[in-house]
Amino acid sequence: MTNAPRKTAAAMTSDKTDRNGSFAARDLKQPGSRWKLARKMWMLYLFFLVPACLLFIFNYVPMYGVLIAFKKFRIASGILGSPWNDFQNFKDFFATPFFLRILRNTVIISLQRLVFGFPAPIILALLLNEVNHMPFKRVVQTISYLPHFMSWVVLAGIIIEVLSPQRGLVGVIYGLLGMDAPNLMNSRAFFRPMLIATGIWQSVGWGTIIYLAAISSIDPEMYEAAEIDGASRLQRAAHITIPSLVPVIIILFILSIGGILNAGFDQIFNLYSPLVYEVADIIDTYVYRVGITEMRFDYSTAVGLFKNAIGIVLLLGTNLVTRRFSEYGIW
Amino acid sequence: MGSGEPPRRRPWFLRRKSAGDALFDAFNIAFLFLFSLTILYPFWSTILMSLSDVNEVSSLGLHVWIRHPTLVAYKFAMSRYGNVPVAYANTIFRTVTGALLTLVATILGAYPLSKRELPGRNGLTVFLLITMFFSGGLIPSYLLIRNLGLFDSRWALILPGLAGGFNIIIMRNFLMTMDKSLEESAFIDGANYLQILIRIIVPLSKPVIATVALWTAVGHWNAWFDALIYLKSENKIVLQLLLRRLIQEMTLLSEQMNSFMAIEKTELPSAAVKAAITILTIGPIIVAYPFLQKHFIKGIFLGSLKG
Repeated sequence: MTNAPRKTAAAMTSDKTDRNGSFAARDLKQPGSRWKLARKMWMLYLFFLVPACLLFIFNYVPMYGVLIAFKKFRIASGILGSPWNDFQNFKDFFATPFFLRILRNTVIISLQRLVFGFPAPIILALLLNEVNHMPFKRVVQTISYLPHFMSWVVLAGIIIEVLSPQRGLVGVIYGLLGMDAPNLMNSRAFFRPMLIATGIWQSVGWGTIIYLAAISSIDPEMYEAAEIDGASRLQRAAHITIPSLVPVIIILFILSIGGILNAGFDQIFNLYSPLVYEVADIIDTYVYRVGITEMRFDYSTAVGLFKNAIGIVLLLGTNLVTRRFSEYGIW
Repeated sequence: MGSGEPPRRRPWFLRRKSAGDALFDAFNIAFLFLFSLTILYPFWSTILMSLSDVNEVSSLGLHVWIRHPTLVAYKFAMSRYGNVPVAYANTIFRTVTGALLTLVATILGAYPLSKRELPGRNGLTVFLLITMFFSGGLIPSYLLIRNLGLFDSRWALILPGLAGGFNIIIMRNFLMTMDKSLEESAFIDGANYLQILIRIIVPLSKPVIATVALWTAVGHWNAWFDALIYLKSENKIVLQLLLRRLIQEMTLLSEQMNSFMAIEKTELPSAAVKAAITILTIGPIIVAYPFLQKHFIKGIFLGSLKG
């Protein structure tokens, strides 16, 4: 429904620009007409100069700064003046015991997020879709978005409080069972499941929006026809709702594979402590500690680059594979 | 349509249901209710804790209400713990300034890119898109801030995020779907691009401007990591960072002393104060929440328009 006026608006504008375009195209046939057009639109280049300068300084200069990953960086000599060091930073990284630990933690936490966290909003969207009482559905949706608007500083504070052996819910439950509550935040066995669960708790509601939008664009006549044919609710969900979500699911899946080495810095950084580094320290938290706290700039840049490079390879790879086996892909 | 009234139009309680359907509905509603409680309860109990006095806090467990609500913790937070009023002012400053300047940079980037006939438009778009897929990472950005002399400056929190590829693309997509006839007639009347931008484009793009502004404002309100690594002075601290520090101190304390009573004896900073600062931190978000929710969702779909 909402698409129709948008489409006409788009059609109208493209019509207009076509007319404009033909005017421009006529100009283009004459030599130097591109310049003429550019001169006419000089003010637009001036506008773009503002964000372009900002992007150049704050996005492109750091990309060039990545060079220090391959150098022995001395602040006094600057990036160019520092000597190359023959991949020594990478060699050092692969040789530390931390390499395996943070790689293992990053991959395990990300995979668990993918396995448990990725289907969660799909399931919640399907359940919400089955609610026929609209006010109830809307209230649940509104509540479910709430944690999305909070920082992980706030959420971590709340989670720590709920899990607190003294004041929290967990303390109460153990108390009822007549046991002393352990400090779950410091438990290596408990930390990762807690991360995954609270991660889902924080993002699942927000994640349903895109699926619910896809569901609402399904033609209601399909459901009516299925119902007349005697399809049960489960059959309607399995044969109409879920198949129509597949394109969205595939695109979101590709994107989440690309971000698989982003195991959730904000969340982990606000919840972990040295007691659980063994199971919770990921590449990003390691880069922070080594880079910002210990000021080993060249080495930590190399670690960060290692992560980014793998992320891009994974994104391109997944996209390639999905395109080969299905008609969907992000580009 | 031949089946008469389609079943989805009928109120939920009048529908004919099989026993299985009814059972499923009951479980589904119970599940969604419990799920909502897992989100509401922690926030509610934080509010209760912030309103309790130091003695009551220690006995707080699973409570739905407290007997003697008091504002002691808030008074303490505002007057004696750290720099809550200063942190509030700093957070408001970065939120307002950051959102306004981001809007300016976003519009200035989006308007030229929305002109299909602009020579070199594709090159400029690629220049923008590259920043969305590649980044220098934490340390090179950190070194850049130091080299620019922005270390320990409030602007270190604002300048790096001003021009964002995502915002610019969303606004560009919106501008491209706009009707160009007003703009063209203004052109014929001799207006230049700046006049058109201010008098026509900006007033017509209020929905997307509101979305980008709220998006950025919430981002600034919730940001803490940049403040953690770029700022040193106490008088520049932001609310989120103050809260983070308090949480970390309390966690450390409870680990070292391993006894709740010990913390209460040191008196400072108590759980009630932590809860009060949490509520102060999320208060504005909660107040603006109905509004935020609407515009955030709108933004998701603005972004998915094809350009």
